[in-house]
Amino acid sequence: MATETNTPTLNHDEKNQPLPAPGARANALRNGRWSGYRHLLWARILELWREPEVVFWVFVFPLLLAAGLGIAFRNKPADVTSVVVIDGAGAQKTLAMLQGSVDKNPSDKSSGNARSAIQATVLDREAALKGFHFGKYDLAIEPNPDGSYTYYYDPARPESVLSRAEIDARLQSAAGRKDAVATSSQSSSEPGSRYIDFLIPGLLGMNLMNSGMWGVGFALVEMRQRKLLKRFVATPMRRSDFLLALTSSRLVLMVIEVGLLLGFGVLVFHMRVLGSIVSVFLLGSLGAVAFGGVGLLTACRAQKIETVSGLINLVMMPMWIFSGVFFSYQRFPAVTHPFIKALPLTALNDALRSTILEGASLASQSGRLLVLAVWGGVSFVLALRWFRWT
Amino acid sequence: MASPIQCADLRKTYDGKVEAVRGISLQIEAGQCFGLLGPNGAGKTTTIEILEGLLAPTSGEVRIFGHAWNDNPRQLREWIGISLQETRLSEKLNVRETIELFASFYCEPRAADDILEELQLSEKSDAWVGKLSGGQKQRLAVATALVGNPRILFLDEPTTGLDPQSRRQLWDIIRVFQKKGGTVLLTTHYMDEAERLCDRLAIVDHGVIIAEGTPSDLIDRLGGHHVVEFQVNNNGDNSANLDRWRSLPSVESVRREDSTLCLSVREPHLTIPALLEAVTRDGHQLEHLSTRQASLEDVFVQLTGRHLRED
Repeated sequence: MATETNTPTLNHDEKNQPLPAPGARANALRNGRWSGYRHLLWARILELWREPEVVFWVFVFPLLLAAGLGIAFRNKPADVTSVVVIDGAGAQKTLAMLQGSVDKNPSDKSSGNARSAIQATVLDREAALKGFHFGKYDLAIEPNPDGSYTYYYDPARPESVLSRAEIDARLQSAAGRKDAVATSSQSSSEPGSRYIDFLIPGLLGMNLMNSGMWGVGFALVEMRQRKLLKRFVATPMRRSDFLLALTSSRLVLMVIEVGLLLGFGVLVFHMRVLGSIVSVFLLGSLGAVAFGGVGLLTACRAQKIETVSGLINLVMMPMWIFSGVFFSYQRFPAVTHPFIKALPLTALNDALRSTILEGASLASQSGRLLVLAVWGGVSFVLALRWFRWT
Repeated sequence: MASPIQCADLRKTYDGKVEAVRGISLQIEAGQCFGLLGPNGAGKTTTIEILEGLLAPTSGEVRIFGHAWNDNPRQLREWIGISLQETRLSEKLNVRETIELFASFYCEPRAADDILEELQLSEKSDAWVGKLSGGQKQRLAVATALVGNPRILFLDEPTTGLDPQSRRQLWDIIRVFQKKGGTVLLTTHYMDEAERLCDRLAIVDHGVIIAEGTPSDLIDRLGGHHVVEFQVNNNGDNSANLDRWRSLPSVESVRREDSTLCLSVREPHLTIPALLEAVTRDGHQLEHLSTRQASLEDVFVQLTGRHLRED
């Protein structure tokens, strides 16, 4: 091998290169330092946008979930109590007493003393008990000849237990019992303390985890399986640009995801965001990048889509259950709380809830931010060390 | 001036057991189209990927324009264009976006329109990659290799699985690149491709080069440019027969494939009358007789006793 060719000035080593076609040289473009990164990022966003499944799972599905759960667990006005009076002597009088009691104590929301509406029906004994057993009525009332009442109720059905207490109180007061103590109640179903308010920040966190893990982890393994990663590293592309583009594509999506879900909560469920919206988006970015890192680590060596799907589900499963997406992790034994709080999704959900529902500042939540940063940072470093391009 | 591609005594052992490449040395000159020809599993892909800097050899060294891969890999990558044996490009990007994406990785790429036109993909520039035919996909793969304005083009089995028309289109593209002064290294297991396209060839089998030269050189080494194939009924004792056919005029070598006898022949017009006479004299009947030009396939069979495309 000729020594003169080993000169370090590779850039000006024209003598070693065949001359390119004159036409090609004249048309040559010059690319800047970030041209590869910009094109990779744009390609990634185009691909996501053109994949209907991604649009559905990332954008539409969380909205449907929020809408469905928000409606199912909405704070309804007190349930209508449906009872049946067994026909016989005294049945009409009982009906009158129940309805009279409603007339005498009309629901008055402003006093905070709302009583639930009672819908009473009179049926013969057989039909009444059948209706009760099938759950059509919460309670069956049988007036006895001596003026007393027998209640048929099911202790396993909360609404049956409730309506027994309610009906008993009404019949007693209609019969002339006086309340010994004056009481008043204050209702609490303000925005901020409802289930939907608890739910939306949890869904935000879960969605950031899902799309981070799938958007980075799954996409990487798919490209590896298609030999696209290998094809990319066969070009002068900077590997760091590629990973950076993949991660920052998550940030772009994050803005849309968080904006949509939060906007939906505010517009449809009149949710209030007490903390600053900037903090919410900063948290979203930290969450997106942290889960992007975890996704990268999960996918750093897997060769097959089947393998990585299993791994991603394995990583996410504990967080679905423990991190307080749909219900508070306070329900788990206290001894487990330190472990639960060390999970990245718990940190993200807690931080989002504090910021959105309580208006907490980011500075007051440094512990949670640290948990997220450590998960993301450590995952990223390990992923780079173990990453397999081919 | 350093050769575009040079390698010495390349060896690659997988997992300490499988020796995929067992000492390959090559020197490929500027402007050449060089072919690695061999059956599946011969070590062609391993060799080309070591030369492309995608795979580290267990031992041996590679020089691209005189530079080792760990000197400055990014600069070397600017000089080469690669089409892997199997790459499935992103299906949801269109042809132009794909070419522009790859162009963005190079310092001085060619204009996308140029490439689209040269590879006859202009009409498809807005079509999603997922909707392209096999031939179009393969042209796009070569387009992503050419867009960086490379000096060397590496093509691993560029025409495998393509229809004849698509194969000829790709050959034309490769010839155009070569005419502009580019150097090409390709692997193939198609003899006709190697014969028509390559200036020089190395026949690879079991990880070593068993013959190297121009296609006509290699065929010359058979001794005869023609092959006479025939079958006779009651062939009788084989080993005795083989020597007997070898002694016919102008025959260079004899081999048997099932019930067919193949003679490598310099001048068929001398051999065939003698062959007919010998068959008649023995009281046998000729069941089949054909003659053809000798091909690289014959070279391969002669060297290895096997066909190129046997499994």
